[in-house]
Amino acid sequence: MTRDAGRRFVSAVFVIACGLAVLLALVPLAFVLFFVVSQGVQALNIGFFTQMPRPVGETGGGMLNALVGTLVLTGLAAAMAIPIGVISGVYMSEYKGTRLATATRFAADTLNGVPSIVIGIFAYAVAVLPFRQFSAMAGGLALGVMMIPIIARTTEELLLLVPGALREGALALGATRARAVFTVILPAALPGIITGVVLALARVAGETAPLLFTAFNNRFLSTDLRQPIASMTVQIFTYAISPYEDWHRQAWAGALVLVTFVLVCSLVTRVVTARVQRLRG
Amino acid sequence: MRSELLFRVAIGACAVLLVALVAAIGLELVRESSLSIQTFGLRFWLTKTWDPVAGEFGALPFIWGTLYSSVLALLISTPIALGIAIFISELCPAWLRTPLVFLTELLAAIPSIVYGLWAIFVLVPAVRQLEASTPAVLRALPLFSGPPLGVGMLAAALVLAVMVIPFTSAVAREVLKTVPVVQREAAYALGATRFEAIRSAIFFARTGIVGAIMLGFGRALGETMAVTMVIGNNPQISASLFAPQYTMAAVIANEFTEATDELYLNALVEIGLVLFIITLIVNAGSRVLIWAMSRSVAPAAPRQAAAATAA
Repeated sequence: MTRDAGRRFVSAVFVIACGLAVLLALVPLAFVLFFVVSQGVQALNIGFFTQMPRPVGETGGGMLNALVGTLVLTGLAAAMAIPIGVISGVYMSEYKGTRLATATRFAADTLNGVPSIVIGIFAYAVAVLPFRQFSAMAGGLALGVMMIPIIARTTEELLLLVPGALREGALALGATRARAVFTVILPAALPGIITGVVLALARVAGETAPLLFTAFNNRFLSTDLRQPIASMTVQIFTYAISPYEDWHRQAWAGALVLVTFVLVCSLVTRVVTARVQRLRG
Repeated sequence: MRSELLFRVAIGACAVLLVALVAAIGLELVRESSLSIQTFGLRFWLTKTWDPVAGEFGALPFIWGTLYSSVLALLISTPIALGIAIFISELCPAWLRTPLVFLTELLAAIPSIVYGLWAIFVLVPAVRQLEASTPAVLRALPLFSGPPLGVGMLAAALVLAVMVIPFTSAVAREVLKTVPVVQREAAYALGATRFEAIRSAIFFARTGIVGAIMLGFGRALGETMAVTMVIGNNPQISASLFAPQYTMAAVIANEFTEATDELYLNALVEIGLVLFIITLIVNAGSRVLIWAMSRSVAPAAPRQAAAATAA
């Protein structure tokens, strides 16, 4: 009897410990969100979105250049990564089991694990060194390389979920494989693929390390792809490690904008995924 | 038939491009670090003087800092991450599952720079207080020696741990999902308590769980911004948790734009090359383990765990 009581006690302790682990992980999450919101709200105003940074000593000003920069950089990244990612995802699911499909899957997973700073070095080597110039192009390349494997793998996963009957129906009606893919199979998986793209965008929009020495930074508003360009993340970094109170406030405001963006993206993808799953029954 | 082949070649080109990209990254890293590799050889990795002005480059302190911070982060994060995975997949009521999964995913979605910002202004002062209030008896130990600066190994390991938890727990959860229900039902039928049943499931899934932990390790090794902002950026080899140190990723982030001469730049790229190789090995190892685990369970399972790895 006592042995049983001991076993039950151990089991109860274990269950409580697991529950505590969850709480323990939620504490930093709550702390980070609390500080980002409370500090960020104080510093955030319309000017943050519409004004340029002011020189040290002058209060106020905003991050217009960095907001535009981040849009340009993620836009470049998406333009490069969506076609390559989606199409290689199609290849992996259409020709699964072939040697190239396996190699592509392995490459995508490998690329996903490569530290972002290393991808930054790659972009520096191929897009900064030859031109002796930091540029928005190089930054977009670095972010694009990071997006490709995420999009490729999501596309593959989702295409494999499309019911075989759909494909067979299209082929039975005499469609070529290309036609079946582009008019039947891809559209069926589209909501999920868009979800993957949005998640990938949210992830690279928050990247700093690969931009430090590719897109660099720019105190001025620029949309020139051959020139250095500002970004939210690099700007937050510069402000955070500076000694100025006012810049710290700006950094918190930037963090709030970034976190809100990420949060909205995850919520949207949650809703879409839930709806897709319900449709599928 | 012709159009079929054309289609395959056309989309195959994109797939080839993806493979070529990984190869190109490796090649570029080797090419841009060749000067440093030729000049220093193995000495680069075995000496600890980092003096760009004198042209002396020894990367040992960065290797040490990277490994030490990552291992510390794993020691903190692994029990918590496994606890979360077990709680979500085995213990919690169904209605709580989705919100908890969402919250842990959110932990992974918060950008590194935001963690860094938070760590500088909130965590570091807290760590400084903690360090200052450490009893003198403990301060005599090498593990807690040095002045209480706040910035240093402890702060870095804590931030890293928080950032790694969601990755390890997500994969561990997927791995636990692949354990057949029969396994647990059999344990319960034999009169096992909850703990004993879960223990048998964990034992069943041990290969995959080691894979999940390794995946977290890979993340920790390459994490840059948050660590750069709180580790203190001082290239020294110290066992002390309080000491400011440096990691491979952090030195690249801090010094890359300052590297004026070619040897300096090559030395930094060589650090990137080794970081690339180490993370490659760790990630491949973790994937092999997760794959082996899911393959041993059911033919349909591997995709799930692989998807978790990719995410």
